Amino acid sequence: MAQSTFKKYHLNWLGFAGLLGALVVVAALFSLSYGELQLKLKDMPGYLRMGEGLEYMVITKIRLPRVLLAVSVGGALSLTGTLLQGIYRNPLVEPYTLGISGGAALGVALAIVLEITAVLGEFILPVAGFIGSFVSIFLVYSLSMRKGTVNINRMLLIGVMISFISSSGMMFLMSITNVENMHSIVFWIMGSLDEPSTVLVQVMLYASLIVLIISLAFTRSLNALRLGEAKARHLGINTAFVIRILFILASLLTGLSVAVAGIIGFVGLVIPHLVRLVVGNDYRILLIGSFLSGSFFLLVCDLLARTIIAPNELPIGVITGMVGGVIFIVMLNRNKSRY
Amino acid sequence: MQGYVEISNFSCGYPDFKLDGITFSLERGMLAGIIGPNGSGKTTLFNGLTGELLALNGHVWLNGKNVPEMKLREKAQHIAVVSQFTEKVDIPVEEYVMMGRYPYRGKFQFFDSEYDQEVVEKYMRLTGVYAYKNKWMSQLSGGEQQLAAIARALTQEPRLLLLDEPTSHLDITHQVQVLNLIQRLNQELGLTVLMIIHDLNLAGEYCNYLVMMKNGKIHAKGTPEEVLNYAHIEAVYETPVVTNHNPLSGKPAVFLVSEKVMEQSRKKPE
Repeated sequence: MAQSTFKKYHLNWLGFAGLLGALVVVAALFSLSYGELQLKLKDMPGYLRMGEGLEYMVITKIRLPRVLLAVSVGGALSLTGTLLQGIYRNPLVEPYTLGISGGAALGVALAIVLEITAVLGEFILPVAGFIGSFVSIFLVYSLSMRKGTVNINRMLLIGVMISFISSSGMMFLMSITNVENMHSIVFWIMGSLDEPSTVLVQVMLYASLIVLIISLAFTRSLNALRLGEAKARHLGINTAFVIRILFILASLLTGLSVAVAGIIGFVGLVIPHLVRLVVGNDYRILLIGSFLSGSFFLLVCDLLARTIIAPNELPIGVITGMVGGVIFIVMLNRNKSRY
Repeated sequence: MQGYVEISNFSCGYPDFKLDGITFSLERGMLAGIIGPNGSGKTTLFNGLTGELLALNGHVWLNGKNVPEMKLREKAQHIAVVSQFTEKVDIPVEEYVMMGRYPYRGKFQFFDSEYDQEVVEKYMRLTGVYAYKNKWMSQLSGGEQQLAAIARALTQEPRLLLLDEPTSHLDITHQVQVLNLIQRLNQELGLTVLMIIHDLNLAGEYCNYLVMMKNGKIHAKGTPEEVLNYAHIEAVYETPVVTNHNPLSGKPAVFLVSEKVMEQSRKKPE
């Protein structure tokens, strides 16, 4: 008896993951073919075999990096949201509540205002963003440390405060700098999947997949943490280690996402919740489900951002915020009993 | 001779409250209770034994193994803990019980082995949880949650079961149901049990060994007959009581007496 119910669960999970994977592939193919230069799906293999020409260049040099970035950034933000909600046992935590994005934004703003880009090139912006996020991760982590253990609630509060401090710092920078720099900062903050460096796209893709695989080793710990830290320890989970490792991994990945694509809000908060509503709270399916859903969501949002006012492009952060916010409210109203 | 559970000169605690030289030993298959008033250090001792509080002094041995030196995973294979606060989480009962198998899982072992399922089904049936295995933990009543928590603890296949006030917040039906189960586990599976218990009558009725605590120290220990007498209870709880015996089981029974009755009884001899 027991056997059959468990098998049914697993089949449902497999089906869910398969469906999401298929959706990601379909959205990715659509993104590759759709744009100012319309390509037919059935002609795509032909263009790719040619290895040259306008169509080939558009697909491989412009659209493919963008699609890969949407898949990895969307997946990464959604995954880190799920992980952070798991270790904080707080449904409202998302990658950006912990000051990580604030630190990254401040780093980038500082680089723009100090005009380091003129000396070191545009490549320095993501680097500055990553350094900024790293500094805030370090601050949040070390300030919430007491007698060698991390107090999770303290960490959350310090994260929120670091976030406020860095956004104030950024506004200060914007108020003292010239209009041109201010424009660059605003543009960067709104987020974009238009990343000229293929190296960064690759780094982002590999990093997000590596974090996904590592975090899959912690599904049991995350499930046990749902009972509370003490009870998880009674089940043999080294909660201090799990929380530390997952926090650091999630933070670094968020920092990287923000450094590469700017601030793309709501993916890390809304997508994990939607996935939870569909498949429940078991992290064995939740992590993969969140990653794939995040990828799909960002692919779709990017398509919208490119098409709504084509040939111009909307900042993707605007789309994810609006779409995500509306979905979230609708979802809340449909599930009044849960929250 | 060393007992199955040997606690010697053990201390743990907080800057303003520490246990003082806790020493007692349990033989295999005992059903032992820790009693004492609020603030006497019962929960501190419990947290010291589960490892939530670091041992400051002394030893805890279980079957010859040094408990504080065990890794968390190994400890969870030896000691199962049922905490006082029940689980208000959205987890299906069956999966919750399956969590007891976590200490035996490998990192990437996502799915339950056949043995895991056998163990889970066995203990769900034994505890009566099987009837609502597909419900959510949050849908269960307090008593049902407590039974599920015990089923989960049993699937850890522990050598020692620790329970923190398993009957608090329960009505008498469920108090007796839970304690009957614990007694059955103790007698049929030979499981060694140590539990904190507030109700002196239930402690006397079910336990075969009692540790009575006051101000972080052991005030008395031994069989219920030795511990639950008028002198010990009044010294520890600072409350007048009348002790007698349960007419059916012959176990010690404790009656509380109201202030008014106490005054009247004092006046009577005059």
